[in-house]
Amino acid sequence: MSKPVIATTSLAGCFGCHMSILDIDEKILDLIELVEFNKSPIDDIKHFTKQCDIGLIEGGCCNSENIHVLREFREHCKILVSVGECAIMGGLPAFRNGIPVKECLREAYLLSPSVQANHEYIIPNDEDIPMILDKVYPCHEIVKIDYFLPGCPPRAELIWEALVALIKNRPMDLPYEVIKFD
Amino acid sequence: MVASVTSILEKYNKDKTRLMDILLEIQEAFGYISSEAVNEIARCCNISTVDVQQTISFYHFFTQKPTGKYTVYLNNSVVANMMGREQIKETFERETGTKFGQVSEDGLFGLFDTSCIGMNDQEPSAIINGKVFTNLTPFRVKELVRGMREGKDVEELMVEGYGDGNNGNKLVRSMVMNNIRRKGPILDDNYTPGIVIWKKLPTMTPEQVIAEVKASNIKGRGGAGFPTGLKWEFCRRAKGDRKFIFCNADEGEPGTFKDRVILTERPKLLFEGMVIAAYAVGATEGILYVRHEYKYLQKHLESILQGARERNLLGKDIGGIKGFNFDIRIQFGAGAYVCGEESALIESAEGKRGEPRDRPPFPVEKGYLDYPTVVNNVETLCAVVKVMLNGGEWYRSFGTQDSTGTKLLSVSGDCKYPGVYEVEWGFSVYDILGMVGATPDVQAVQVGGPSGTLLAPVEFRRILGYEDLATGGSIIIFGKHRDLLKDVVLNFTEFFIDESCGSCSTCRIMPVVLRNKLLKILNGKGVIKDIDDMLEWAKVLKASRCGLGQTAANPIVSSIKNFRHLYEQRVRMDTDFDSGFNLAESVKDYIEASGRVIVE
Ligand SMILES: Cc1cc2nc3c(=O)[nH]c(=O)nc-3n(C[C@H](O)[C@H](O)[C@H](O)COP(=O)(O)O)c2cc1C
Ligand code: SF4
Ligand code: SF4
Repeated sequence: MSKPVIATTSLAGCFGCHMSILDIDEKILDLIELVEFNKSPIDDIKHFTKQCDIGLIEGGCCNSENIHVLREFREHCKILVSVGECAIMGGLPAFRNGIPVKECLREAYLLSPSVQANHEYIIPNDEDIPMILDKVYPCHEIVKIDYFLPGCPPRAELIWEALVALIKNRPMDLPYEVIKFD
Repeated sequence: MVASVTSILEKYNKDKTRLMDILLEIQEAFGYISSEAVNEIARCCNISTVDVQQTISFYHFFTQKPTGKYTVYLNNSVVANMMGREQIKETFERETGTKFGQVSEDGLFGLFDTSCIGMNDQEPSAIINGKVFTNLTPFRVKELVRGMREGKDVEELMVEGYGDGNNGNKLVRSMVMNNIRRKGPILDDNYTPGIVIWKKLPTMTPEQVIAEVKASNIKGRGGAGFPTGLKWEFCRRAKGDRKFIFCNADEGEPGTFKDRVILTERPKLLFEGMVIAAYAVGATEGILYVRHEYKYLQKHLESILQGARERNLLGKDIGGIKGFNFDIRIQFGAGAYVCGEESALIESAEGKRGEPRDRPPFPVEKGYLDYPTVVNNVETLCAVVKVMLNGGEWYRSFGTQDSTGTKLLSVSGDCKYPGVYEVEWGFSVYDILGMVGATPDVQAVQVGGPSGTLLAPVEFRRILGYEDLATGGSIIIFGKHRDLLKDVVLNFTEFFIDESCGSCSTCRIMPVVLRNKLLKILNGKGVIKDIDDMLEWAKVLKASRCGLGQTAANPIVSSIKNFRHLYEQRVRMDTDFDSGFNLAESVKDYIEASGRVIVE
């Protein structure tokens, strides 16, 4: 059998979950043996070059670009996994969810004391930048997600265990000590 | 006003670890805790105002605004709803001209919801200015409101007469009923208070006491089921200049009320149990932590403690044993289910927010004020007295191999005889239903409260016991006519949302996400995948720090397991995935705010 192909992305996340993927130390060598990476910040492949087996998603969706990428992942990956607090529940970025997006934008670009050079009172609107959504969405509210790995970030052992379980098609053994995250 | 706040502060030596008591007294004296009072407390106790505020904001019964001359807290448990709470609520709102969650403009009435107040066998019920009013009817509510408008005292409003047993005692004067339906070793009338302290303890070493408790194989009755003898041994071995015995009478799990009945009818038994525990572990101080909802029992409990001191059952050289000194104080909570969790209970007794601690270390090593502390449930401590009196072997003759002794059940819901039943472990659900006069068309039984299991009839042969259905004793029965998802599962899930302490992101957020999904299904918008998603997300909650978060998905998980058809009947079958998300809709606000030009 050829190596399973993995893709990863960070949406509205802090890259902490990706750091945790790397945090498996020397097992990263085993991982390279076990799988092949496709689109991912880890190898800097920008576009999908083939269909993948597993997609790991860090972060929820805060803008139109996130939606686009997430939908692309759904199309290209057999299995999608929400990795970490942000992907599963919105996480820290979702703190803005109680506040209307107009207010957030006005505060950030017009009213806040740190705004100094914005003399024309512009809220960025260039056609090349992604559009901000009305709130931050967990991934499963956008596309179908198959598995969820809790943590902020999920511990390296947890990500490792989950990947191996998925690849070898066996149930996950996740003791409390591994999933507990405070 | 500040003058009296000062006297309250002085009464507690301006001790910040007694902040709960200080706040309780101020709340009671003034009906709220003003910002001047907050400043005064902070100044005198040498803490920041934020420290005071964060404790105030944590508890349901502390308020920073006046809550009305008559403050009504109406229970919103599942059973209260089943027994007609909605009508009661409407009548209160109509008669007072005030909505729930608000105080009337003239400041006369304040109406509020509250989680289960431990009266499930006499619902609908409410706490009005600290007094419990049970079996409310719309007619009674009209009378009550009329009486309030006439300016009557709450005592005067209670025209029904008092409840049975000690509820009628002049120190209690409550209309609450005990509804004791079946007695066993714990509720036995044949009990001479102090007999173990006088006759047994002087003849035994602490180690022998622990050995006897171990021999009984008794496990904690508060839910977690930890072996009591072992807990005491750990605490005895732990190093510490002071040691504490805590009795957990927080009883917040919706549907449980047996500890209330023990506190009313067998407080001497309970205090004797605490003394035995103190002797065994070498503790000198005891704290009985009682939920705020049972504050009407305060004078009764205080007087029993005073009586025990006079009889040398508390105090110095207890029972004539040289050097055995121990006393008990009562700590009231202020309305927070999570304070029943032992480490949160300790935090709360230290005057802080009731947030569970990260463990280890466990309380037996580092508990109250960081000293070794035993926390035991009311019923556990009562049972121990009988173990000491009749021996561990005698105790093992009750129950099953793994679950020795008896268990007090709090039975409520659709049955003829709700109330407290003391049964041996090993009773089947089926036997219970027969005993309590449940109608033949029982649809489901909730064993163990919201954090327990929702059983379908095919499982009624299962037995109560640590080996099968471990439970703190809450049994709620649902007839065929109940809508399990809407009336039960949704209510339980909202209970967890309200009661989460908010420390863990999982427990703070996931129950909300689950509730929204459940609502989506109840509103006919759900798809099959939503059901499986809920099961998958439930696992995330296991990452939480304490039992509240870890069990918060149980109502959903166990109802999907046992009543999946109820979910499937309500979901759409025409599509596999539909989140209802619409990109164009969700960027509309941004486009408006920024004036962005959209090029198709
Ligand atoms: C959220 C939560 C609420 C709890 N509430 C109670 C309670 O009201 N009464 C109680 O005795 N134990 C309660 N417990 C269990 C206590 O943490 C503890 O295990 C128990 O008081 C120990 O006494 P035992 O060994 O005698 O059972 C609760 C636990 C959790 C996680
Ligand atoms: S879950 Fe935590 S680590 Fe992962 S992206 Fe979100 S904030 Fe960062
Ligand atoms: S699980 Fe919930 S109640 Fe328990 S500590 Fe975490 S947030 Fe608080």
